[in-house]
Amino acid sequence: MSDVILQVEDLHTSFFTRAGEVKAVDGISFYVREGETFGLVGESACGKTVTGLSILRLLPEPAGIIVGGKIILEGKNLLELSKKEMREIRGEKISMILQDPMTSLNPVYTVGDQIGESVRQHQHLPDDMVETEVVSALRLLGIPAPESRLHDYPFQMSGGMRQRVVGSIAMSCRPRLLIADEPTTALDATIQAQYLALFRDIQKQTDVAIIFITHDFGVVASICHRVAVMYAGKIMETASTSTIFKTPKHPYTSALIHSVPRLDRKDDRLYSIEGQPPSLLNLPPGCRFAPRCPDVQDVCHKQQPPEVEIGEGHTVSCWKVK
Amino acid sequence: MLFRTSMSTEEDIARIRANLGLDKPIYEQYWIFLSNALQGDLGESLVKDRPVTEMIWERLPNTLKLAVSSFLISMIAAFMLGVLGATRRDTFLDNGVKFIAILGQALPGFWVAIMAILVFSVYWQVLPPYGLGGPSHYVLPVVTMAFFLLPGMMRLVRSSMLDVLDSEYIKLARIKGLPERVVIWKHALRNALIAPLTVAGMIFAMLITGAVITEQVFAWPGVGRLSIEALVSRDFPVVQGITIMVAVVVLAINLLVDIAYAYIDPRIRYQQM
Amino acid sequence: MQNIAPNIEAISGTKVAAGVKRVRIVRQLTLIIPAIVLFLLVLAAIFADLSWLGLPDVRLAPYDPVKISMSERFLPPFWAEEGSTAHILGTDNIGRDILSRVIYGSRISLSVSLLVIVITAGVGTVLGIIAGYLGGRTDGFLMRVTDVSLSFPPILLALLLAATMGPGYWTIVLALSILGWAPYARLIRGEALRLREEDFVGQARIIGASPIRIMVRHVFPNIINPLIIMMTLSVGMVILTEAALSYLGAGIPPPNPSWGNMVNDGRSYIDTAWWISTFPGVAIGLVVLSGNFMGDWLRDTMDPRLRQL
Repeated sequence: MSDVILQVEDLHTSFFTRAGEVKAVDGISFYVREGETFGLVGESACGKTVTGLSILRLLPEPAGIIVGGKIILEGKNLLELSKKEMREIRGEKISMILQDPMTSLNPVYTVGDQIGESVRQHQHLPDDMVETEVVSALRLLGIPAPESRLHDYPFQMSGGMRQRVVGSIAMSCRPRLLIADEPTTALDATIQAQYLALFRDIQKQTDVAIIFITHDFGVVASICHRVAVMYAGKIMETASTSTIFKTPKHPYTSALIHSVPRLDRKDDRLYSIEGQPPSLLNLPPGCRFAPRCPDVQDVCHKQQPPEVEIGEGHTVSCWKVK
Repeated sequence: MLFRTSMSTEEDIARIRANLGLDKPIYEQYWIFLSNALQGDLGESLVKDRPVTEMIWERLPNTLKLAVSSFLISMIAAFMLGVLGATRRDTFLDNGVKFIAILGQALPGFWVAIMAILVFSVYWQVLPPYGLGGPSHYVLPVVTMAFFLLPGMMRLVRSSMLDVLDSEYIKLARIKGLPERVVIWKHALRNALIAPLTVAGMIFAMLITGAVITEQVFAWPGVGRLSIEALVSRDFPVVQGITIMVAVVVLAINLLVDIAYAYIDPRIRYQQM
Repeated sequence: MQNIAPNIEAISGTKVAAGVKRVRIVRQLTLIIPAIVLFLLVLAAIFADLSWLGLPDVRLAPYDPVKISMSERFLPPFWAEEGSTAHILGTDNIGRDILSRVIYGSRISLSVSLLVIVITAGVGTVLGIIAGYLGGRTDGFLMRVTDVSLSFPPILLALLLAATMGPGYWTIVLALSILGWAPYARLIRGEALRLREEDFVGQARIIGASPIRIMVRHVFPNIINPLIIMMTLSVGMVILTEAALSYLGAGIPPPNPSWGNMVNDGRSYIDTAWWISTFPGVAIGLVVLSGNFMGDWLRDTMDPRLRQL
């Protein structure tokens, strides 16, 4: 069993707006191990991206504030570090890939420059060695003839290629943890498969831990070892991928899996969950999913269910499960 | 028309017309003018009996001294303030910047200059109110020029910067762990420069406008003041000559801006977009 | 970079609600106050005197603006030592009442800006729609012309015209109109370009509507918003330019008062009679500021995309 790289304990992150406090993340806990891909799944605005940003402490100011909890990376609580120390961690120990490759890269600088910047910032190498590192990062992400790409500008590349460049930047300093925020959403389906295979490959080579944020269960099945399902700022269920698909215990998880259209079943109608996620300004007391839950009971509306471990690494927050 | 007095006879008028070449057909007059102009001859002043080109040339250095120093100071200040306003949004500094911009675009420049003279030359007597001279003679005129140049540019830099700071690649730069200083001055600024460049032509127009007014208020012996003097004495060739000169410079500036644009934004350079 | 919350209690619900209310009131004020100012200005301009109704002696302004009174020259404003309430804002070097001249001056500023804005907006919109919608070489050509017009200082053109036609009301209107259409053309062209790609325009083309019909019936109604905003914001610019031109002597000739030439009159006496130049400038500033605030308010309300500040 490999080491735990990241441990998130009871994280609370809120946005303080003119309309009130938006509780984007309201007490979540999980861990990620070395060499493992951990999926964070959920609908839009369930808090998964905010979780990623919180780990990096890059929430939009001044509205976003981490209100409580611990984020422990290799034994150190990131929330206790100074700004300078945090900056050293970013890019070197933890890295992030953003969703849209078209806008992630600075249009006025070359690809080599942007990757090299990361290397220069964290590793203080002489120029010729920097170039070597850049080329190796490009190669790691499967870009052919990397030496010739160094002086290209982002607009000269296709979307898929750009996303690989973003990946190169992220991996250039060989971080321990990579947070990937819906990196395949903006790509064609055919390229998606390639890209996911790439992730697996990189992980094998570098043992990096990956937090994969997505709303797509298909992606989860293909690349994640373990998964946490988030809803309205809380984690509903956490388990290994095979367990989640075979025996989901939380009604929301089952509903999500059920809504993925399948070619091997003949469905007359596409299944979708009724209702809308709650407003994060006015959260209901009790379980967040209660208003939409097909298996709802009385107690669900009144109290939030505790997190219960029901199997090897399988935890659920549901009153149905004791 | 300009020289006619009640005593002129028909012959006098005819003679003057011949002198000025006004008796030739219009297109011929135009051609003569054009070919002369291309050789640097812009005609002769009606009032002073001197070649226009010489009159302009004589005053040009003074205007350049004023214009260049004002431009540099104003642009640097506009950029600094614009960036500061954008990066320290909604703070005291930012609100100060916004306030300057609002006032600067509402108050008439010539009036502010006169009020400045009132305060600094009349009441406090620390700065000279008129004329060309040492550094202290530059202060009020340069500040007045800044009045024309600064607010618009500052506002534009600030809003352009705000837009850029919202973009994904800036987020990525922070994710890389780059110091904030580098994020702003290396990544954000270069992209933010693109928009202000598009109004460079307009800034130049403001520069000329500002020069004319400032030179008039402060009795600065430059080309701007010359144009006013020519106006008052109805010395058409001089005004025309100055206008032509300006038109040429305007076209040149537009060209330069296009070139600078291509340099800063590689997407334009590669034209395959 | 993230800081951890110091104390959450400080950011409580009631405080947030109060903040929201305050912001809303301030926003309404930024519309109401400038609107009142401009309204008063229009009133002053119209009712300065009613000679256009045939009643020359009924007036808002206390005195005839060109009436000379050598015994009452250089009177300071009423709050100063030698001032009197007979001439609230003082008199100038030949005894003309400043307040009356400021009131009459509003007529020039308003009428010039109204005229110029209508002309420039009209021409600019037509050219902008044509350039934006038709695109191609028409667009390229029109945009070059626009660029050059934008970079050409209106002052110089006005001086040229004034040297040719002589200074005066129509000289200024002409000078401001010849170049003033360019910003409109550029803005409207941008909008037209964007609208051209919209589906409803595509539909119109499919059913065979002629370009003119599309431009008039589909494109134009959608550019009215930014157009109105620009027109309101132009009020300030035109007034400032007209004042500058009058100041330089290319505008309304004496003895008729315009704010610009009043400032010019007072310049030689700045050390002895500061009020001659000051008050007309204040008037200019107030009006332009109001115009700008209203324009900003309109823009924030109607089209936040164009936000600049």
